[in-house]
Amino acid sequence: MSTFKFSREVILGTIRANVPKQQVEHPQIPVFQHPDRPLKSEFERRLQQAGGASHDVGTMAGAESKLMTLHPGAKVICSAVPEIAGTRRVEKVRDPHELADVDVGIVRARFGVAETGAIWLTQEDLVVDALAVLSQHLIVLLDPDQIVGDMHDAYRRVRLDETSYGCFMMGPSATADVEATLVHGAQGARSLNIFFLPPHSAPPAN
Amino acid sequence: MDNANQVDPAKSAELFILHDQVHEPMHDRFLWATMQRRDAEAAAIPEWEELREIASKIKEHTLTHLDHYLEAFEANATKRGAHVHWALDAAEHNEIVFSILKDHGVEEMIKSKSMLQEECQMTPFLQSRGIKVIESDLGERIQQLDGQPPSHIVFPAIHKTRKDVAELFARSVGTDPNNDDPHFLTEVMRNNARPRFLAAGAGMTGGNFAVAETGTFMVCTNEGNADIGASVPPLHIASIGIEKLVPRVEDLGVFLRLLSRSAEGTPLTQYSSHFTGPRKGGELHIVLVDNGRSRRLGMPDFWHSLKCIRCGACMNTCPVYRRSGGLAYGATYSGPIGVILDPTFDEFKYSELPFHSTLCGSCTDVCPVKIDISDQIFKWRRVMAKKGYLPLAKRLSFAVSGHVLGHPEEYHAMEKVAEPAIDYAPHFLLYNRSLNPWGRDRELPQIVKQTFREWYLANRS
Amino acid sequence: MTTQSEATNHKTISKDMRIGLFIPCYIDMMFPEVGIATLQLLERLGLNVSYPLNQTCCGQPMSNSGDEVNSAPAEHLFVENFKEYDFIIGPAGSCVKQVRCHFDTIDQTDEVKHIRQHTYELVEFLHDILQVDSFPWAEFQHSVAIHNSCSSIRGLGIAKPSEIMGVPFDKTANLLSKVKGLVLVPVDRPDDCCGFGGTFCVTDEAVSARMGLEKAHDHLRHGAEYVVSPDMSCLMHQQGIARRVGLNLKYIHVAQVLNDGPF
Repeated sequence: MSTFKFSREVILGTIRANVPKQQVEHPQIPVFQHPDRPLKSEFERRLQQAGGASHDVGTMAGAESKLMTLHPGAKVICSAVPEIAGTRRVEKVRDPHELADVDVGIVRARFGVAETGAIWLTQEDLVVDALAVLSQHLIVLLDPDQIVGDMHDAYRRVRLDETSYGCFMMGPSATADVEATLVHGAQGARSLNIFFLPPHSAPPAN
Repeated sequence: MDNANQVDPAKSAELFILHDQVHEPMHDRFLWATMQRRDAEAAAIPEWEELREIASKIKEHTLTHLDHYLEAFEANATKRGAHVHWALDAAEHNEIVFSILKDHGVEEMIKSKSMLQEECQMTPFLQSRGIKVIESDLGERIQQLDGQPPSHIVFPAIHKTRKDVAELFARSVGTDPNNDDPHFLTEVMRNNARPRFLAAGAGMTGGNFAVAETGTFMVCTNEGNADIGASVPPLHIASIGIEKLVPRVEDLGVFLRLLSRSAEGTPLTQYSSHFTGPRKGGELHIVLVDNGRSRRLGMPDFWHSLKCIRCGACMNTCPVYRRSGGLAYGATYSGPIGVILDPTFDEFKYSELPFHSTLCGSCTDVCPVKIDISDQIFKWRRVMAKKGYLPLAKRLSFAVSGHVLGHPEEYHAMEKVAEPAIDYAPHFLLYNRSLNPWGRDRELPQIVKQTFREWYLANRS
Repeated sequence: MTTQSEATNHKTISKDMRIGLFIPCYIDMMFPEVGIATLQLLERLGLNVSYPLNQTCCGQPMSNSGDEVNSAPAEHLFVENFKEYDFIIGPAGSCVKQVRCHFDTIDQTDEVKHIRQHTYELVEFLHDILQVDSFPWAEFQHSVAIHNSCSSIRGLGIAKPSEIMGVPFDKTANLLSKVKGLVLVPVDRPDDCCGFGGTFCVTDEAVSARMGLEKAHDHLRHGAEYVVSPDMSCLMHQQGIARRVGLNLKYIHVAQVLNDGPF
């Protein structure tokens, strides 16, 4: 901003003048050991607490059939995964506004976190970021072998320098802003179902 | 002294308590339940206390190298395509935001919750310049429709009953005033907000953390509203306080483990979102805001308050806040953290806040980044006393008792003539018997015939 | 008076040690029985205790209000009164906290430092220094809710604050559990402040009274007959509220229970 071009220097100058004399070292963050952590069951328990659900769908066919059971009335199913075709491919979406009518969005998460039940979704997984939050319902494919223990492990895996958007999503959208009563589906997805399914090596459908 | 401008939290809290038999007990109960959940979640983490210590040290390290990390953040965010602006104060922040919106021809903007934007009074400023501003967080939206600021930094409308909300929505959006089901009320605002997200020319967010090494900033929400605002409109503007910096990506692991557990007793917020540069096809502006923070860094007794990660745990645990309601503090930040932050903006206006505390110390023990909140409240009292802002009743009585208590012969003379002893007590305890605030809700202690000193003289000397 | 032989079950402090009895002003004037119980208890434990007659107040009401200027004379007098003693024992957590933590604006002479380091609240002195493991003279056939004051918990560390994670401990409960017949009852919010807060109880009367009332209801709900505390100031406030609304609760100091009176 041309009007405030000196503010940067004023702020940094004031900081340099005022910074406390004692220089504190950055502490080491230890690796906290939690031996024998049952990653998948802890992940599922935490996911459930967060309002999500998980399903061992086994195969691609199992995934398709679970999708139909969970969302029988879905008209627009927008998929970002090769395993499930859906009614709309997210790769074809040019503008996020086109996702306003999506009933179910489908995406694969890179990994999950046992400690929280959260999954990690990035711009590259979603193709269009808004798929994560404009879809009325979300289905997320997750390889059950890709679950890490805690948030420290999780941040050792993420590459924030390689994606413009990354989200730890823990269950569906929620609010407790009216009398502290928990309600799901405040603004983002109303439901979040995780399908345990390793990535398929076959070429994408369509 | 002209006290027209002075906030009176004790009086406002009294009104909150006396208003009815519903609001204050509900407010206390909800926040207490939140604390219970917090305690259970914290107890499930064996390294909890170690994490607090590490988090505190990371923040102290960052703040003692803040210029370095701000420059690194700016360089890395710029490299990734974000536009970084620096705002010296609230007015500059608002001007910068307005000019970005104007340059893009934005007439309607949708925002998620940001205490910094509250601090800057941004919404009224933009609205006065013809920009339509919609709050998308449900609690903030409720407060916006009611023309009130948030009463809690995490639960903005926690002081309202479902009936209050139903009546408010009936007035403002025309719903059935008798339907006060929270599911219904939430759905109403979901459907109300969707078209606004799609129509908005810009989305605004705050930032919970900013990572120097990557130029990333993070936003934590439960509703996913920040993510919609960032991913649907073509323009994303984020306001970030300069104290939000952390050096490295791995630091986030420490803070995220603490933040939502402390705030609401959940392992994370539902969405912990990381923005590094603009999204595909979008534009990103980051406004780094000082607004008194660099000055606070130079206050030896108070700079630790800059470690705050805005979890609100100190408010939930504070027995005074729970009975007062957040609006009683008359400031952007309420509760214990507000008591130590607000006076840095206006010492006189907020001079009563440090006295709206029992100094119980719970805030210090709950703080995930180990800010010595209670000690800072105590130190703010000293500041206010030096400035002559002590409440009048205290000033008068202390001048008398301060002298008498230092002179045993006068003290014991008074003790002797004061029959019963309670008649002496007002000088240091009851202050002003004509007002007699002690006796409004309490009986006085029973009168004794013999003081301990008299007993001792009779039995041991 | 008890004999030395009764007090064999604790770590003895040399008879030569001089113990100064610190009786806060409000106890002196309104709760002399607490001072008597404290003195008698320490004497039963074989200690050489005396009460400096020139004491007034520790300066806490002014100090807690930020008023260093008006608290300083009381603080200087306190130092003058107690500088000769090896230990200074007071039956009041918040006053001891004032001495230990907030005698920091007056000159930090050797005498002031000595006093800040050697002033103990009664429970922590019995528990940590004397390590008393029985009170054979005491019997209390009642259900008791403990009220550890905030100053005692978070200022002096006599119990684990609920916010801090770790192994729970409560030195007051530990001592009271050694009293014959006494039954401790758990409460919902053991370390939520009762709202006394010194000057707060009059400057913020409405909030203070509401906090105190909820505290009393918590105690009553769990069947307590007595509320026992190391801080009589909290109890003075709670008792005032309970009596006003006619709640059937009795309030006494931990020294009275451990010494078996006077009540």
